[in-house]
Amino acid sequence: MNTTINRRSFLKASALTGGGLMIGFNWFAGCQPAIDPLAPVGDWSEINAFLKIAENGIVTIMSPNPEIGQNVKTSMPMIVAEELDVDWKHVIVEQAGLDTVKFSRQLAGGSDSIRQSWAGLRKAGATARHMLVDAAAQRLEVPASELTTSAGVITHAGSKRSVGYGEVASAAALLPVPENPTLKEAKDFTIVGTSRKNVDAPKIVQGEPLYGMDFKRDGMLIAMMEHPPAFGMTVKSVDATAAKAMPGIVDVITVNTRPDGFQAQWMDVTAFPELVVVLGRSTWEVMKAKKALTIEWETTSRLENSAEQSASLAGLLTGRTAEVARRDGNPEAAFRNAAKVIDRTYSAPFLAHNTMEPMNFFAHVTADRAELIGPIQTPEALRKSVSQLLSMPEENITIALTRMGGGFGRRLYGNFGMEAAAISKVAGAPIKLIYSREDDMTQGTYRPAYQVRYRAALDANNNLIAFHVRGAGISESPVFANRFPAGTVDNYLAENVVLESNVSTGAWRAPRSNFIAGAEQAFIDEVAEAAGKDPIAFRLELFDRAMTNPVGTDNDYDPARMAGVLKLARDKSGWDATPAGVARGVSVYYCHNSYVAQVLDLTMNGNQPIVDKVWCAVDCGIVVNPDAALNQIEGGIVDGIGHAMYGAITIADGRPEQRNFDTYSLIRNTQAPKAVEAFFVDNGIDPTGLGEPSLPPVSGALANAIAKATGKRLYSQPFAPALEGLELPSAVG
Amino acid sequence: MANYTLDVNGKQHQVDVESDTPLLWVLRDHLNLTGTKFGCGVAQCGACTVHLDGAAVRSCSTPISTVGDMAVTTIEGLSDDGSHPVQQAWMEHDVPQCGYCQAGQIMTAVAFLKSNPAPTDDAIEQAMNGNLCRCGTYLRIRAAVKTASSHL
Repeated sequence: MNTTINRRSFLKASALTGGGLMIGFNWFAGCQPAIDPLAPVGDWSEINAFLKIAENGIVTIMSPNPEIGQNVKTSMPMIVAEELDVDWKHVIVEQAGLDTVKFSRQLAGGSDSIRQSWAGLRKAGATARHMLVDAAAQRLEVPASELTTSAGVITHAGSKRSVGYGEVASAAALLPVPENPTLKEAKDFTIVGTSRKNVDAPKIVQGEPLYGMDFKRDGMLIAMMEHPPAFGMTVKSVDATAAKAMPGIVDVITVNTRPDGFQAQWMDVTAFPELVVVLGRSTWEVMKAKKALTIEWETTSRLENSAEQSASLAGLLTGRTAEVARRDGNPEAAFRNAAKVIDRTYSAPFLAHNTMEPMNFFAHVTADRAELIGPIQTPEALRKSVSQLLSMPEENITIALTRMGGGFGRRLYGNFGMEAAAISKVAGAPIKLIYSREDDMTQGTYRPAYQVRYRAALDANNNLIAFHVRGAGISESPVFANRFPAGTVDNYLAENVVLESNVSTGAWRAPRSNFIAGAEQAFIDEVAEAAGKDPIAFRLELFDRAMTNPVGTDNDYDPARMAGVLKLARDKSGWDATPAGVARGVSVYYCHNSYVAQVLDLTMNGNQPIVDKVWCAVDCGIVVNPDAALNQIEGGIVDGIGHAMYGAITIADGRPEQRNFDTYSLIRNTQAPKAVEAFFVDNGIDPTGLGEPSLPPVSGALANAIAKATGKRLYSQPFAPALEGLELPSAVG
Repeated sequence: MANYTLDVNGKQHQVDVESDTPLLWVLRDHLNLTGTKFGCGVAQCGACTVHLDGAAVRSCSTPISTVGDMAVTTIEGLSDDGSHPVQQAWMEHDVPQCGYCQAGQIMTAVAFLKSNPAPTDDAIEQAMNGNLCRCGTYLRIRAAVKTASSHL
C-alpha cells in the first residue's frame, strides 16, 4: 500500500496482492483471451483501481460495470485506454467484481454506464498517463513537459530517447496522483470513435464458460425451486417423500427470503418469497425430482385475470379522479372550443424479460462469510439485501460478476441472488440455483401492463390547441409528463392512475418508454392526418413551437435535437419520394438522454408485415464504439418490433398462461427487419444512453406503417393477432 | 442408471446416468462442456444445438439413450482455436451482444452450410429461424452466415 496515493487519490490505488478481493476473480482469470496478442511479462504495477501495467507494457484494464450484452466490457475500457494512450492491441480486459471502495455505480441500468462513468474513466486513464510521464521524466532527467506519449511509449524528442510504459510503471505507481490531469481533445482520439471488437467474442464463439449458468465449484449442489403456480398463492404444505428418494437428490427444503422485519429496497421485488427447493447432484436429477414434489398451495389473495385487469385499467382512463402530473393553460376550455377532437386509447400487456440465460446464482454461505457469483445488474444493492437477509456485515460478503446472458432489466431485481444465499445457508453447502424456463417466465417482475388515453384538440385552422394524456398501468403509469408534446401546446394536461395488483412488475428495457413512445407516436400520426398535414412536417411544426416559444419551463427534452434526428431520418430515407408499393411510418422519441428518429419501410405478405428497412437517426453524443453502437441500435429495433408484434403474458386465475417459448412468441430471424441503417449525429456532446433508446419509438413507426399498408390502425399490442383477422385492401401504400 | 460410451468431439467418454437424461445435461454436468447452453428445455430456442453425425439437433430434447454411437460435436469441438470459418465470420461481424445464444446459432449455421454451401438470403433466414436471439442480433447472424459461406 502506498499511503500517498491513497490519501491523494479519488481512485484508491492498492498493491495487487492476489489475495483478498482478488479471490473472487480466480475463476475468470483462468479464461484468458483465446487470441492473446501478447502475454504479460514480469510483475504488474497497479497504477490505480482501473489499470495495471506489466513490465513489457501489456495493460490490464478493469471493466467495473456489469455486462449484459450492452458491450460496456469493451467500451468502458476503451475510454480508459484512450486517455492512457496505449495501443488497444496491448490491452487485456478483466471484469471487476463488486468493489465499492475502488469503483462507483457498478450498475447496468438506465443506459447510463457510459454517460455516468465517462468523466471518471477518462480521468482514470489520464491520471495514469500523467504518472507514467512523471516517472519517465525522472528516469530521463528531463522536464515532464518535454515528453509526449503515443501508443504506450513516452518519447523525449529533444534527445531522441523513449521508454515504454512498462519500464516506468513500477516507479509511476509510487508517484503522487495528479488532481486534475489534462484530458485529450476529442479530435485527438484514436480509440474512442473507432470500432473495436467485443473483447469476449473469441470466448463466446468457442463456448468458453463465461456465464453464471456455467459456473462450477467442487462440492457444489444444484438447487432448483418450485414457486407457487399463481400470483396470490403461497406454500401450504410439502410432501417431498418421493422426491427425496430419487437418485442424486440430497434434500428438499423451504426457504423464505423475506424474514419478518425485512426492509425491502427498490430492487427487492418478488411475488414469491417462500419457495420449495430441491437440492441434488446434477441438474437433470433435480429437474425430475421437482416434478415428483407434492405441494399444496394456499390462496392468500385474489387470483386475477387479464380481462378484468384490462377492464379496470380502461375504467381508470375514463374515471373522475387521476393524479395531475402537469397542467398548462386551460385544457378543458380548449377542448370545448375545438373544431376537431381526436380521442384514442392504446394498450399493451405484461411482458416477461425472457433473458436467454434463465435466472441463476451461485452462493456459498458459511457461518461468517458469504460468497456470491453470478449475473446481476445491481450487485451493490444485492449485497445490502443479502447482508440483511443473512444478518451478516456487508464486508463479509463478496459478489463476483459473470457475463450475463441478457438483462433487459430483469437482473436489476436480485431475488434469485437472495434465494441462492438463503438456500446455501440452510443447505450448509455451496449451491448454484438455476431456474427452468418455466420458473423464469412465470415468476413475475413483468413489464407492467399499460393503457393510455390521448385526446387532441384542433382549431378550425388545424392548429393543435390542446393535448390531454392519461396513463394507467399495473402498477405504474407510463406517462412522462414533461416530455413531448409538453411544451408544444398551450393547453396541456398529463395525468396518472395506477392499478394495484399482486402480479409483480419491474423495469423492462426502456421502462414506460417501451410502451408510451409507440402509443404517442401513433397518436401524433392520427392527429397529423386529422390536420391534413404530413406526419414529419406536423412534428417539426411542434418542435419549432417548443424551440421558439416553449410552453412551460420544465420540458425535459431539447426540441432542436428532436428536430435534428427527425430531419436526418427524413433526408436519409428520402421520405418525400417513398418507393411505390412501400408503406412508410415515422416515429421520433427522446429517452435516456438520447434522441432517436426512425422511418420504417414495410410491405405486407398476406397478413404478415415484412419490415424491409428501418432508417434510424440517433443523437447520443459521442459514439464510443461505432459498430457496437450499431449493434445496439439494430437489437433495440428488433426487440421493439418483436414485442409490439408478438409479446404477451396473460393471466388466468392468477396463473401466467405462457410458460415457455412454445406459447410466448419471441421474434425470430425471418420476422426481423431485412435491413437497418443508422445515422449518428456528430456533435461532440458527451455520450448519452444507447442501450435502450432505439427500442421505444419503433413500435410507433411500425404501427404507422401498418396503418399505411392496411388502412387500419392498431391500438392494442401485440399487433400480430389483430393482423391475422384483418381483411386487407388489395392496394398497398 | 446406465453406462453410456459417448463420442464427443472425437474423444470417448463414459458416463453413468439415467437413460432419459438429455444430452445437454450430460455435456454440461458430466463432461464439463458448458458451451452448449440451456435456454428452454423444450426444443424451442436452439441454444442447446449440437451435431449428431453432423446434423443439428436440440440436445435438451435428445435423451442420452438415443445417441448410441453417433458422433457428438459441440461448440468446443468446432475448432481448437476459434478458427472455424463460421466462428471467424461471427467475430468479423461482431455478432454477439450478450452472447448466450450464439453457440447454438453457430452450430445451426455450420450444419446448414454443409448442406447448402451457397445459400440465398432467404434460405439463411429460414435455416436460422429456429434459433432465438433475445438481443436481436439476427441481421448480423445472417451476414455472418453469408460471409462464412464464401469462406468454406
